[in-house]
Amino acid sequence: MIGAAAVLLLRQTGRIAGVSGIVGGLVPGVRGDRAWRLAFVGGLVLGGLLLATLMPGALPRGLSGPRWLVALAGLLVGLGARLGGGCTSGHGVCGLGQRSPRSLVAVLVFMATAMLTANLLRPLLAGGGQ
Amino acid sequence: MNLAALLCGLLFALDLGVAGMTDPTRVLAFLELRDPALMYVMGGAVAVTLLGFPRVLRRARPAQAPCFMLPRRRAIDGRLMLGAAIFGLGWGLVGLCPGPALTDLATGDTDLLLFVATMLVGMAVAPRG
Repeated sequence: MIGAAAVLLLRQTGRIAGVSGIVGGLVPGVRGDRAWRLAFVGGLVLGGLLLATLMPGALPRGLSGPRWLVALAGLLVGLGARLGGGCTSGHGVCGLGQRSPRSLVAVLVFMATAMLTANLLRPLLAGGGQ
Repeated sequence: MNLAALLCGLLFALDLGVAGMTDPTRVLAFLELRDPALMYVMGGAVAVTLLGFPRVLRRARPAQAPCFMLPRRRAIDGRLMLGAAIFGLGWGLVGLCPGPALTDLATGDTDLLLFVATMLVGMAVAPRG
């Protein structure tokens, strides 16, 4: 359960398991506050390596759509998550778990935008309805 | 504390993988309203934090740190809405959000490396609030 990892992180370290917040605190980052963030990200990648071995079907083989679209999507995800103060894990899993009205609004906005984008915009940009 | 963070990251990634969130094709199918499964994943995760967070916060302090560090911001403002909308736009374009993107780095795929690289740039250039 994804929620269990978030509860465990809060219990042990007192931190909220919002991935964009954890990673965002690394660019540029504050001295003395980087190690646990790097450890969490390292754990994510390590988990990815474990998945690649145990259930390779869970990981993608590349992304669909042209390179420029991948680059643009990454930029928007990073910028939007920091500007909005959270992503799927921070506002979604953790914010809703704290009954935060702010997170509920964020989740509704990004879910609606993502659904509209995936349905209407992506088919135009990704080419060939991939 | 760093070991705990590492293990939580590891657990988080495994959960994402088992739930199907690490596969952008499935995330896009969910966003295109063709596959509701991830809605249950999200609902299940929130159910766990709804029950677990209040229990944890009843403790005087975390097990391995001096105090809890919780988000202080409460405002529902333009910054929040704009950020969430930009985030949703990027998420809907390729089906990747930060957690799965970092987990999928393990594939070593150049598309994933490119996505994470521009994501870090986006985070770095975001104005501080």
